[in-house]
Amino acid sequence: MSNQQTPEESGSPVLVRNCRVDTVVAAILFIIGAVVVVEARRLGAGWTTDGPGAGYFPFYIGLILSISALGVIYQSLGAKTRDDGAFVDRVQMGRVLSVLLPAMVYVLAIWFLGLYVASALYIALFMIILGKYPRQKSGVVSVIVVAVFFMMFEVWFKVPLYKGTLEPLRFLGY
Amino acid sequence: MEEIGSLMQGFAVVLTPVNIGLMFVGIILGVLIGVLPGLGGANGVAILLPLTFPMSPTSAIVMLSCIYWGALFGGAITSILFNIPGEPWSVATTFDGYPMAQQGHAGQALTAAFTSSFIGAFVAVLMITFTAPLVAKFALKFGAPEFFAVYLLTFCSFVGMGKGSPFKILISMTLGFALAAVGMDTVTGQLRLTFGQTELMRGFDFLIAVIGLFGIGEILLSMEEGLKFQGKSARINAKVVWETWKTLPKYWATSIRSSLVGIWMGITPGGATPASFMSYGLAKKFSKNGAKFGTGEIEGVIAPETAAHAAGTSALLPMLALGIPGSPTAAVLLGGLLIWGLQPGPLLFVEQKDFVWGLIASMYLGNLVGLIVVLTTVPLFASILRIPFSIIAPVIIVICAIGAYTVHSAMLDIWFMLGFGIVGYVFKKLDYPLAPLVLALVLGDKAEDSFRQAMLASQGELSIMWSNALVGSITMLALLMLCWPLIAKALQVIRAPKADEFAAQRPVD
Repeated sequence: MSNQQTPEESGSPVLVRNCRVDTVVAAILFIIGAVVVVEARRLGAGWTTDGPGAGYFPFYIGLILSISALGVIYQSLGAKTRDDGAFVDRVQMGRVLSVLLPAMVYVLAIWFLGLYVASALYIALFMIILGKYPRQKSGVVSVIVVAVFFMMFEVWFKVPLYKGTLEPLRFLGY
Repeated sequence: MEEIGSLMQGFAVVLTPVNIGLMFVGIILGVLIGVLPGLGGANGVAILLPLTFPMSPTSAIVMLSCIYWGALFGGAITSILFNIPGEPWSVATTFDGYPMAQQGHAGQALTAAFTSSFIGAFVAVLMITFTAPLVAKFALKFGAPEFFAVYLLTFCSFVGMGKGSPFKILISMTLGFALAAVGMDTVTGQLRLTFGQTELMRGFDFLIAVIGLFGIGEILLSMEEGLKFQGKSARINAKVVWETWKTLPKYWATSIRSSLVGIWMGITPGGATPASFMSYGLAKKFSKNGAKFGTGEIEGVIAPETAAHAAGTSALLPMLALGIPGSPTAAVLLGGLLIWGLQPGPLLFVEQKDFVWGLIASMYLGNLVGLIVVLTTVPLFASILRIPFSIIAPVIIVICAIGAYTVHSAMLDIWFMLGFGIVGYVFKKLDYPLAPLVLALVLGDKAEDSFRQAMLASQGELSIMWSNALVGSITMLALLMLCWPLIAKALQVIRAPKADEFAAQRPVD
């Protein structure tokens, strides 16, 4: 529900309004639809010797996607149907990015350190920096959580998780 | 009664100590999922799906379906105690549930909610027991055009029954189909929409999409609100439960009406959310105390909960009998069936009798176990909600990452999950429905196959969709659904429009 919180309530400047985002997202979707149509035609959207070609179905899917996107653009620009509600204000954007950006760093860290070590670091740092918890408490909580996951996946259910290119947990023997 | 015999056999299959244990584990995990923000029925089942790969299909489905029941039960706890709907279908429960908790009647509200959930589910399972075999028998006569017509009906129903812009519903659906087309074409073996990237050959797995769209998207949304939980405490003891149970038979009419609404909305992919709102609205209209709804009427808790559970349960009927799920969670369960090598659809009733009846028997038992578990453990789960969000949020993101990784043991999938999370956040804010996207992603290949087979049979003539009475009527119904937004507009011009009083509160899903 996007228009519950008006800018007056939250008291923070609105960064962007719904109608603007709506138009941009619909434009991107239109391009995706167009790409699907072009690619489907390349694959053969018509009738081949042995029946409908590989692009037959995607061609129509892309077509409907593009046309619907045009419909949304029309609605988002029209005076009557347009939604002037705040999409996001500065405070909200900050909160969202404070979760999203660390999550990206976390996924990058998984690559090198593996799921377990990266997860422990991520939970601990999240608690210290965003939750303002004391370091020791954060460390203990994160290690306990990750240890539970380790027992559950590696030991009980025998589903190995990614150990990372550096394999910091090699000494455990899993 | 052939069905009763088969059902008894099903009970025999399910009633092993291991399966009963898994049932309890499933329910507890499910309630946990339902209570935690960011984890819901669909992505919870998706994350836990890989854990069940080593089990036998029957044990696996018992545990997974119990997670689903648990999640349905769990949604009510947060609605009543915290005024935060844990799931979209429990929004209507907050209208009367939270006022009751504020007046100190949290115990009654919870008991009423859980009991009516159980009743709704029970009625729906009864319906499944007796109609699923008939539907399956009927569906054995289906050919490719009939199946495509049913797929068409499923997707057109989203347009006809959904809330919000029909264009957005169509976009969400076609985007799902487009993503499903990525990878190897099942008929010709050509690579489609991969643009030369070998990593894309696998295509997009819907489990990754579900985890990202619902899990990460939800966390971003909750974070934006700067969520702080302030809940009422609940004490449920045997006396409160008993006192509440004594008052419940008074509301038998509401229960039956809500069950029927739920069953209908569950089979057609309207889903649990509109069912709960419709049933709340009807209860308000028919009740003697209608005017007091919204101030803490127990009937206002019974109606939406019964309907939501009846809908959630009956969504499994089309999944089992036709292989077409009625909700995103049913779609995830269907994905599980495919992974275990079971082909959902009419033949399942012939070839995998034990499995099907085991599942149906586990629906009865699972809901009973669920009722017992939630009635006894509410304070425990309510205390989980008091854990600060800055601990819960990173743990849930970690769980989502693990879930995404275990599907294919592929690192790239974790990135896709984050990407889907951003898409989910933006789509939710712009009122794009997510359910059609997920269903299209799951059913994309199958819908396309049946379409191509039908076209092949007719040499490209679309008239095959009207070639006999059966396929013709399903197709007509589908087109009617597709054009419903236009028809409704036309009707409004003729008649004065009827105001939908809960339109603003009802979430798009």
